[in-house]
Amino acid sequence: MSDIAVRVKKIVVEHLSVEEEKVTESASFIDDLGADSLDTVELVMAFEEEFGIEIPDDAAETIQTFGDAVKFITEAQ
Amino acid sequence: MFDLTGKSALITGASGGIGGAIAKALHGAGANVGLSGTRVDPLNELAAELGDRAFVLPCDLGDAEAVTALPKQAAEAMGSVDILVNNAGITRDNLFMRMSDDEWQSVIDVNLTSTFRLCKGVLRGMMKARWGRIVNISSVVGATGNPGQGNYAAAKAGMVGMSKSLAYEVASRGITVNALAPGFIETAMTDKLTDDQKTAILTQIPTGRMGAPAEIAAGVLYLSSPEAAYVTGTTLHINGGMAML
Repeated sequence: MSDIAVRVKKIVVEHLSVEEEKVTESASFIDDLGADSLDTVELVMAFEEEFGIEIPDDAAETIQTFGDAVKFITEAQ
Repeated sequence: MFDLTGKSALITGASGGIGGAIAKALHGAGANVGLSGTRVDPLNELAAELGDRAFVLPCDLGDAEAVTALPKQAAEAMGSVDILVNNAGITRDNLFMRMSDDEWQSVIDVNLTSTFRLCKGVLRGMMKARWGRIVNISSVVGATGNPGQGNYAAAKAGMVGMSKSLAYEVASRGITVNALAPGFIETAMTDKLTDDQKTAILTQIPTGRMGAPAEIAAGVLYLSSPEAAYVTGTTLHINGGMAML
């Protein structure tokens, strides 16, 4: 797993209080990890801070799964 | 009770009578206060009177860019924005049939749209802190209507619906959002009324007098306090019984 994926997973695990094993590539924040819509906004805020990037609202909407997040952040770096 | 030590409050319209009283009340409870308004001189005077923990943050609420920048400036000056009081407001009264698009739009922009933008701007910090207080100063006319104030009443009623919607969204994060609706308060705005107008108004107020700015500020202090954590999405009417809602 890339360094980015490790850091993203840590944020997801901490923020959503889920077990690490559940955070798989295709795990949906809302459908699989129990996030509500406000949680997804907060996750994006946390990603922005951790990686020093700006994630515009229209892009944030496309980040639905753990894999989406890692892909977006990898490309944004 | 009502100790705001260590909290930082941003107050718009702080150069006015009610805004100034709100700033004094929150500052008196120990909060840092960010004083915003268009007129710099009265803001500086108020800051000098308050002394430490007061910051002057001029802003034209009709200017969208300036409004968007204000929460950031306030957070830089005070370290955070834990309490937001959207108090600024303008009136452009006219009979509905004569009201121009500009009279309508300017009142909606300054009173309602700037409130939306400022709420949005402070939420990020409040969400992270898991604590926040937003108090939107509405008006009794937002609930009752008032001839000649179709624009103002629309904006003030709009603030109530907006506050309730936002209150739902952020309640789980320790952030409360409430509206406070003053009735007739002794300020520069009501000084302009003629004696006849004042007499007519007073017949409608069971307490038989206009309210004092400090009586509004006391309500804001309560809604901003840790003690009001269970109060959200409500409208606190402070109007001497003029409208019992």
